[in-house]
Amino acid sequence: MRDEDIAVVEEMECVFSRPEALTDKAFHYCPGCTHGIVHRLVAEMIDEFKLMDRTVGVCPVGCSVLMYDYFECDMIEASHGRAPAVATAVKRTDPNRFVFTYQGDGDLASIGMAETVHAAARGDRITIFFINNGIYGMTGGQMAPTTLIGQRATTSPSGRDERLTGAPIGICELLSSLKGVAYLARVPLTSPKNLKDARKHMRKAIRAQLEDKGLGLVEFLSTCPVQWKMEPIAAMKHIDENVVKVFPPGVFVDCVGDLQK
Amino acid sequence: MPETMTPTKTKASTVKSDAPPTGRKRLVKGNEALALGALAGGCECFFGYPITPQNEIPELLSGWMPKLGRVFLQAESEVASINMLYGASACGHRAMTSSSSPGISLMMEGLSYIAGAQLPCVLINVMRGGPGLGNIAPSQSDYFQACKGGGHGDYRCIVLAPWNAQEMFEFPGSAFELADRYRMPVFVLTDAVLGSMLEPATVPDLEQLPPPPKMDKPWATTGRGNRSHKNVANSLYLVPEDLTEHNERLQAGYREALREVRYDTRYLEDAEYVVAAFGISARVGYSAVNMLRKQGLKVGLFRPITLWPFPEKALAELARKVKGILTFELNCGQMVEDVRLAVNGVCPVEFYGVAGGVLPAPEDVANVVRKMMK
Ligand SMILES: Cc1ncc(C[n+]2csc(CCOP(=O)(O)OP(=O)(O)O)c2C)c(N)n1
Ligand code: SF4
Repeated sequence: MRDEDIAVVEEMECVFSRPEALTDKAFHYCPGCTHGIVHRLVAEMIDEFKLMDRTVGVCPVGCSVLMYDYFECDMIEASHGRAPAVATAVKRTDPNRFVFTYQGDGDLASIGMAETVHAAARGDRITIFFINNGIYGMTGGQMAPTTLIGQRATTSPSGRDERLTGAPIGICELLSSLKGVAYLARVPLTSPKNLKDARKHMRKAIRAQLEDKGLGLVEFLSTCPVQWKMEPIAAMKHIDENVVKVFPPGVFVDCVGDLQK
Repeated sequence: MPETMTPTKTKASTVKSDAPPTGRKRLVKGNEALALGALAGGCECFFGYPITPQNEIPELLSGWMPKLGRVFLQAESEVASINMLYGASACGHRAMTSSSSPGISLMMEGLSYIAGAQLPCVLINVMRGGPGLGNIAPSQSDYFQACKGGGHGDYRCIVLAPWNAQEMFEFPGSAFELADRYRMPVFVLTDAVLGSMLEPATVPDLEQLPPPPKMDKPWATTGRGNRSHKNVANSLYLVPEDLTEHNERLQAGYREALREVRYDTRYLEDAEYVVAAFGISARVGYSAVNMLRKQGLKVGLFRPITLWPFPEKALAELARKVKGILTFELNCGQMVEDVRLAVNGVCPVEFYGVAGGVLPAPEDVANVVRKMMK
């Protein structure tokens, strides 16, 4: 680089960079997968709330099992589905910690359903980021409790049959009856506007914990282009056209309220 | 059951003392002694799910722990309990659960993760009859589960087997010491009789309990604070060479823990026959030994206190001096496999055991010994 080029670089304002809460390790996710987007959003929140020094994140078993490599904060790798129980203990042994879990739909809504429901019922002061991509990504595309009726998966080869396997579980609908939940929202990750909404929900789900109100959970309607056997853009369209009909986005519980300006 | 006991000739351990000597002698129930012992041993948090015959432990702790500023939580299941232990232990806290056989079975996946992540914690198993739902009567059928794995992967747990209320009080504290020293899970393995038996023991009052020790655990995921690097609690090693190396690291730790072997012996100086038993069976066995001694028979007792590490060297030496060993257990023959491995054919090893909750009388054990002597 020539000297005059360096001078130009120095004059430029940095408008976009990696959040401090993320390491410089490259994500391993497939093209068009939204795990990477949610990782970035979570890291942005840790930065925004200046929580790095007191954050303990709990990772799931699923495609995001290696997320402890991507975050700069202390992390615990939980067994499949048990992250809420792990997080409960991390929080209760020192309420000053900021504790989040990050979980897929197999992890949270199938094997870990009991841990999810009971952490919510107890109102444990933890924040859950729930990645609902309607399928088991990591193990190769098997049916999840959130798989849509008619959707093909490797264990529902001719499409999910409601008579055999029931209908998709709406986690937000299910948890909204529990008194311990202080913030609960669902958002698709399909447009810049939706990402803005996602940030709003995440802020409140985090404030639910920081302001000692209860459990906060944000459900992200996510893509898995590889196991859905779709191009990334088609996968996004599929969410906007089909997934949102079964899993309507919105705020289900808000005991947090808005910050006064 | 012996009314009074001769002073224990316990093999010296590197654990300084089992518990603070403060306290007064009073009648205490085994499960209560365990709960008190946990608090005296610095237990900072307890997570558990009700199951008979150990319910006094969570019941007492649920009242005591909040008063002492410690954490008590009744979990939704044993699966949740063990994962709560995992979280609390990862953050550097002395964490404990207690349960009984079926509940311990449910914890096995979590225990394997805890061992894999090299985290210390304490589990109490007040054993009941199995398999399956079994019953709530005393049993020692979880020896294999505690000593040989239970969960998946090559891991070990230190296993302590108390035989009276005093040890029920002392061993939870020893368990925490050992767990922290070797960064591994430690079991206190006991049973329905010892858990519900009232016995005199020297135990402190609640007000006398010291606060949990402040320990430096630089690996703990406490939140980074001022630390320059992040900490991660994890048992995932995707690269085979890395997992091999990790396993070697674990095994090296387990080899170090072998030095913690503990056992108790009675009348071995001139013994020709020996009853080998742990926990409640050792109590019954010791009564049998005393009966036989009164009749002039040269019989002794060998009581493993640590079931893992198993006192194999001591048993191997003993085998060279005696004419036979009777292993007595409340199961269908579990510890006897370790006794046979240690003895390695040097002297005859026989087994007497009952599974299902029937507690043989000292006379029954004495009869088997007499038969062996013929
Ligand atoms: C006890 C146990 N059962 C099964 C598995 C195998 N397994 C790993 S990830 C997974 C499901 C992953 O799906 P999801 O939680 O939706 O996450 P995604 O991979 O889609 O992000 C399963 C079944 C496991 N690791 N542990
Ligand atoms: S398999 Fe699906 S969820 Fe997993 S990384 Fe690939 S796209 Fe993402």
